[in-house]
Amino acid sequence: MSQVVGRPIPRVEDLRLLTGRGRYVADLRLGGMQQVAFVRSPYPHARIRSIRAPDGRVYRAADLQDVRPIAPRWEGEGFLPTAQPPLAEGVVRYVGEPVAVVVAPTRYAAEDLAEQVRVDYEPLPPVPDVDAALSPGAPRLHSDNVLYRRSHVHGDPDGVFRRAEVVVRTVIRSSRCTAAPLEGRGVVAWHDGSTLWVWTNTQTPSLIRSALALSLGLPECAVRVVVPDTGGGFGQKMHLYPEEIVVSWLALRLGVPVQWVEDRRENLTASAQAREERVEVELAAGTDGRLLGLRARIVGDVGAYHVYPTTAALEPLGVAQILPGPYDIPHYAYEVLAVATNKPPTGAYRGVGMTVGVLAMERAVDLLATRLRLDPVEVRRRNLVSEGRFPYTSASGLVYDGGSFREALEQVCALADYEHLRKEQEEARRRGKLLGIGLACYVEYTGLGSTTFRRRGMTEVPGHEGACVRVEPDGTVRVHVSFSHQGQGHETTLAQLVADMLHQPVERIRVERVDTAASPHGSGTFASRSSVAGAGAVLAAAGRVRERAQAIAAALLEAAPEDVVWEEGRLFVRGAPHRSVTFEAVAAAAYRILPGGSVSPGLEAVAYFDPPPATFSNAAHLAVVEVDARTGSVRILGYFVAEDCGRIINPLIVRGQLYGGIAQGIGEALLEHAAYDDHGQPLATTFMDYLIPTVWEMPEDVRVVHLQHPSDRPGGFKGMAEGGAIAAPAAVANAVADAVRAPVTRLPITPELVLELVCRGSRDGVDRTADPA
Amino acid sequence: MTTRLRTIRLTVNGSTHEITVETRKTLADALREDLGLTGTHLGCEHGVCGACTVLLDGRPVRSCLLFAAQAEGHEVTTVEALGTPDRLHPIQQAFWEHHGLQCGFCTPGILMSTVWFLQHHPHPTRDEIREMLAGHLCRCTGYLQIVEAIEAAARSVGRKGP
Repeated sequence: MSQVVGRPIPRVEDLRLLTGRGRYVADLRLGGMQQVAFVRSPYPHARIRSIRAPDGRVYRAADLQDVRPIAPRWEGEGFLPTAQPPLAEGVVRYVGEPVAVVVAPTRYAAEDLAEQVRVDYEPLPPVPDVDAALSPGAPRLHSDNVLYRRSHVHGDPDGVFRRAEVVVRTVIRSSRCTAAPLEGRGVVAWHDGSTLWVWTNTQTPSLIRSALALSLGLPECAVRVVVPDTGGGFGQKMHLYPEEIVVSWLALRLGVPVQWVEDRRENLTASAQAREERVEVELAAGTDGRLLGLRARIVGDVGAYHVYPTTAALEPLGVAQILPGPYDIPHYAYEVLAVATNKPPTGAYRGVGMTVGVLAMERAVDLLATRLRLDPVEVRRRNLVSEGRFPYTSASGLVYDGGSFREALEQVCALADYEHLRKEQEEARRRGKLLGIGLACYVEYTGLGSTTFRRRGMTEVPGHEGACVRVEPDGTVRVHVSFSHQGQGHETTLAQLVADMLHQPVERIRVERVDTAASPHGSGTFASRSSVAGAGAVLAAAGRVRERAQAIAAALLEAAPEDVVWEEGRLFVRGAPHRSVTFEAVAAAAYRILPGGSVSPGLEAVAYFDPPPATFSNAAHLAVVEVDARTGSVRILGYFVAEDCGRIINPLIVRGQLYGGIAQGIGEALLEHAAYDDHGQPLATTFMDYLIPTVWEMPEDVRVVHLQHPSDRPGGFKGMAEGGAIAAPAAVANAVADAVRAPVTRLPITPELVLELVCRGSRDGVDRTADPA
Repeated sequence: MTTRLRTIRLTVNGSTHEITVETRKTLADALREDLGLTGTHLGCEHGVCGACTVLLDGRPVRSCLLFAAQAEGHEVTTVEALGTPDRLHPIQQAFWEHHGLQCGFCTPGILMSTVWFLQHHPHPTRDEIREMLAGHLCRCTGYLQIVEAIEAAARSVGRKGP
């Protein structure tokens, strides 16, 4: 049988999803199930004076006295813990924070009841942004508004900056975004007397089980988390939220099943948001364009509380750590601040830390190119870490295990025909058309293990994944894993891995949904870890099953196990192809008493994999845009990618992940803004205000070349699900800046901003200086 | 709030149903809760995302923006009426082969719009496909493989008839 890893096979899970037979959390029905609605704060910051509730099932903080708040830990200095009670106690700190909860037979009735709950608030002065939060005399949301602070110096950056021939400086502002999966969050909970069942569309089932058990004072084994089909996650569904705790508590309290399904307004205003940061970045360089030093200050607007399990440190610290990127920079200093404001907490969103880090760095590199009148490709070429230097330790301490940084840059230029594009750009400009070409090079940490999480201080995330591979008596192979999927296609890609290992067709492999009572323990699906950490566990378990199968075959064939070889789904004695058994016969034999008791019954194995620190993917992206100087609109004419995600499991799926990431990146660059007014009121509460890309924003011409340098992780894979979202904002921002000849310093690049830049570009003539603001 | 009930008759996927619903109940909720047809998904409940699209007398509508009572006497078609896992509709087959879905949440609505679209545009241009698809939000795919799937579906529906 030829290998299936590497082949573009259509997905196994699609057959139910295409025919309306998927089962998402909102589709679940249990007898007697009640519906839940939350009463949420309309104020960004207020004291709760009183709550008056009608008769009926209405609960508030006072009813949940025994429930522990969400209070994630982080090891190391500079961390100020916060505690978010699942229903606000005394004070609300963002619009949308749950204040009370109601239960009724239908959602319609629950919302009627919620509307009758009268909460008397005493408004407090809001802290709408980081400037307000850091100003003297600012209202304090906790004992301090700075929830995390860290600084780091590598080498002698100040000395380098004093002596440097060239210094460029810019301040980049990324906008507050939100993942906006098409399916919101949701929970069904039921207590059967001994077990609390929680069906929820989480990315981190093991962690949610631990956190719910801790919060509700239950033994961990008394909580059973089951993950149904899930409509996208992108990081937002990796956190523990107040609603999971409250709904679970209601199930315990009421003894009936309860269901809560998040609506779009709740998702846009009360689920974790992401990204809002100000990054001050300075580059020191020689006149030849060689980078000598980097200084950065990253200030994150992280909202009102830390999120579990990652905390508010994750995003801004991630920016600082990835900022040097694929460039060889000997000296680096950074300062990171995570600052509390009266907005919802920020959490993980595809590209965590990396998207904003790459945006800031790639804008700065382009400014350096402009300053030195060098081609942006040439400046990058002179600074990318060369292939002979791996493992390479970056100035922030990340160890790049391998990479093809220069090759990716050359390949993307060849793919896009860069020289020709520049000529076209000049011709277009003569005709009054503004074309721009933008590059973004990046390196991406994927498949992180426990050593990386511990070194960062992320004590709540273990780092390993687990897999159980079990061959049933009929030869069907069941795979239980610790990490759930939200559309990535695990039921297919993991089956491909096992299929090759056991020489079976993909149809014989069933990857089951995560159920913490049956699936091994693990960290979950985030940070591009499934094809590295997850695949490592699956391959290890399948490898053990393979050895066991060989031993059973050897007993059946009366041969030595090392003489048994596999071919086309059969096991036979080396050199004697007529002495063979089928895999099905081996599976059946595993559950009978074997002759002479030579082999113990059963054919299954459990394995865990805790990957070494990280394996790094890398890529170069190139965007070509046309800017309309009259309307301010930006059209992406072409998008080119040269990426190295190691060995590819399924090219169809890799392509889909890449396109999806690029679309999200384009959204972040041009459209998406979870805007708040100066008083902390959300302005984007529907899909009419929070604009996610439609097909019209997606360029038709997207071309990709894969470099496929294998990692030294099991299978040679690297993570790849975030790349598009990491690089696209930078590539598009650089392309717009190139088109209008003025620096882009904030996202999203709205038509108003474009018109402003067009005016500046035509006034200044050339993008000569970094923007000081 | 007092709730008013109304008994309505409607045809869904070829079968006639009589259901008693609150007058304020949306068609989407009635399909999902009263008729158990959970293939129709709710992504925004304000008419933007298109996940809840069904056919009403053959034309695509947002079932979150219609009251169930408005469907009285009409014919509704949902994703459950297309193919089955072992006998996919040609449009479903094309989405499968071209990886036109990831999480699958927006997919039923897009499939229903595509059914109507290909009946009226049997030989669509790429721009026509993009224009139709612009009425739907998908957060996973970046749309390109959906466009490829619809192009392939047009070719195969054209060969076999709708």
